[in-house]
Amino acid sequence: MSKVIYKFGDDISTDIIYPGRFMATVLPSETPEFAFADEKDLNKLLNSKTVPADSIIIGGKNFGCGSSREQACSTLKGHELIIIAKNFARIFLQNSINLGLKTVICPDIDADVNDELEISEDKVFNKTKGKEYNIIPHTKTQQEIIQAGGLIPYSRKRLIEGSK
Amino acid sequence: MKQTIVQKILARASGKSFVNIGDIVEPKVDLAMSHENAALVMNQFLEIYKGTGLDPKVWDPNKIAIIFDHRVPAESRKTATNQKKIRNFIAEQGIFKFHDIRGDEMGICHQILPQYGYVRPGYVVVGTDSHTTSHGALGAFSFGIGATEMASVWTLGVMLNVPVPPTIKVVVNGALKKYVQPKDIILYLIGKITAEGANFKVIEFHGETIRNMSTSGRITICNMSVEAGATSGIVPGDEETIKYLREEAGVTEDIPLVNSDDEAEFDKIIEIDASSLVPQIACPHTVDNVKQVGDVEGTKIDQIVIGSCTNGRLDDLETAAQIIKGHKIAKNTRMLVFPASGKIYRQAMEKGIFEILMNAGAVIANPGCGPCLGVHQGALGDGEKALSTTNRNFKGRMGNPDAEVYLCSAAVAAASAITGVITDPTKGGY
Repeated sequence: MSKVIYKFGDDISTDIIYPGRFMATVLPSETPEFAFADEKDLNKLLNSKTVPADSIIIGGKNFGCGSSREQACSTLKGHELIIIAKNFARIFLQNSINLGLKTVICPDIDADVNDELEISEDKVFNKTKGKEYNIIPHTKTQQEIIQAGGLIPYSRKRLIEGSK
Repeated sequence: MKQTIVQKILARASGKSFVNIGDIVEPKVDLAMSHENAALVMNQFLEIYKGTGLDPKVWDPNKIAIIFDHRVPAESRKTATNQKKIRNFIAEQGIFKFHDIRGDEMGICHQILPQYGYVRPGYVVVGTDSHTTSHGALGAFSFGIGATEMASVWTLGVMLNVPVPPTIKVVVNGALKKYVQPKDIILYLIGKITAEGANFKVIEFHGETIRNMSTSGRITICNMSVEAGATSGIVPGDEETIKYLREEAGVTEDIPLVNSDDEAEFDKIIEIDASSLVPQIACPHTVDNVKQVGDVEGTKIDQIVIGSCTNGRLDDLETAAQIIKGHKIAKNTRMLVFPASGKIYRQAMEKGIFEILMNAGAVIANPGCGPCLGVHQGALGDGEKALSTTNRNFKGRMGNPDAEVYLCSAAVAAASAITGVITDPTKGGY
């Protein structure tokens, strides 16, 4: 069971998630501080360290549009968030799979701040509203990357196989 | 079976005779580009090698390009140190398609790749920058990826997990009116299909307007295809592509061309009548919030920006100079010009373009991404409005979430610089 901590509308860009002026900070261990830096309340909440792991942010359509900056995923992964959105922009979705940020594609999701959600393999159940919504699963290869622990171990395995 | 150009490119690069739309393929990469975010790519690349006992070596140093452009010259200690680490890595790995901070060779990555002939028709190009879609202008399948994916490419030489994308065919016919530009075509299209209208799809451009368009204009159009969510934009290579690569990039080898089959399977076909277009403006804070110039005419502008991978090329600067010649930039409006490369900078200087722009009051800055992504120069003050030839107007984009960015062509930017308000360049006798 996880709680919704914030709800966004459509077209949340990587400039909102991780503003460009922090892009010289690259290491995944250093990016969490700047998550939603210009959304002051959310940034403060995340950095207060009071948000439990697997807390949920709700997005609308086209979440993560814009730049390919991977910091936009590592910053959210650092706070151990789950992002549920109607759909995601391509590069952001692939980056999140590669880095192990949990993303859920749920086209009809309806959830508000403080709602409690249960996420299963193919459904999101909004316990507060008593309603259930279908999930569009990630592709087979994306699931393989997630199961391998991300693209780094996945590519490492391919490297070792290739060098034999 | 009939195929789109991207199906043909991916089939060739994956060692297959045919691929279906939706197949997952692992194409060999012909060119892998990064800018300053190579600092993160390096980190992830070394992570992949960790514990393997293998010596970390990129798969093919000939196929890697690294261009410093986002923060040049470095704006901070952190950036300068990242750039230094990247230089060391480049030297160790023998990467030579490297463009450092040098007046003779520098530029924005999406200008350098075509200008130096690094991209060819039919190539698979990946870049750790979302505007890598630009290189579709030369008939390549070219798309943006994340840093960890790039580390995987540096290691393995292939892109893992590429779904063969469906294609939207856009056919543009008719002649553009004077001072209506390629930027207006792509802004109009994004407004029509929305910021997610082409998500996970390719946009293929056809029609007489595209055939008659310079490579520069095609770069503008493919560059901004990502603002409709597209994996890539692509203009199948033609005589113009060959002419550009021979004359501009000095390519002497054969340049084989690839094209779509007429009867290929398209997701949909969109037709645009270029002759009926007027200048378009993308209004804050999304690129698909597109209006005709007349709808926002008179909006007061604090900062005009001409530059970027979208519209910082010689033809853009020439257009601006043609309009501004003999005029002064309005009081209380500042105009910043960022040529897309050192070569363009030199050409603009030699052609007297800088003299015209400077006499009018413009500031000519060094080649690079400039204020486009709000990290380096030209930040906006609270409540200010910018009118810019760049590609994004997201909240906070130009360094300040309490400011607004409007996007337009070089012609609109120049005409508006004179008046200090958003102005239609097709009126006023420029």
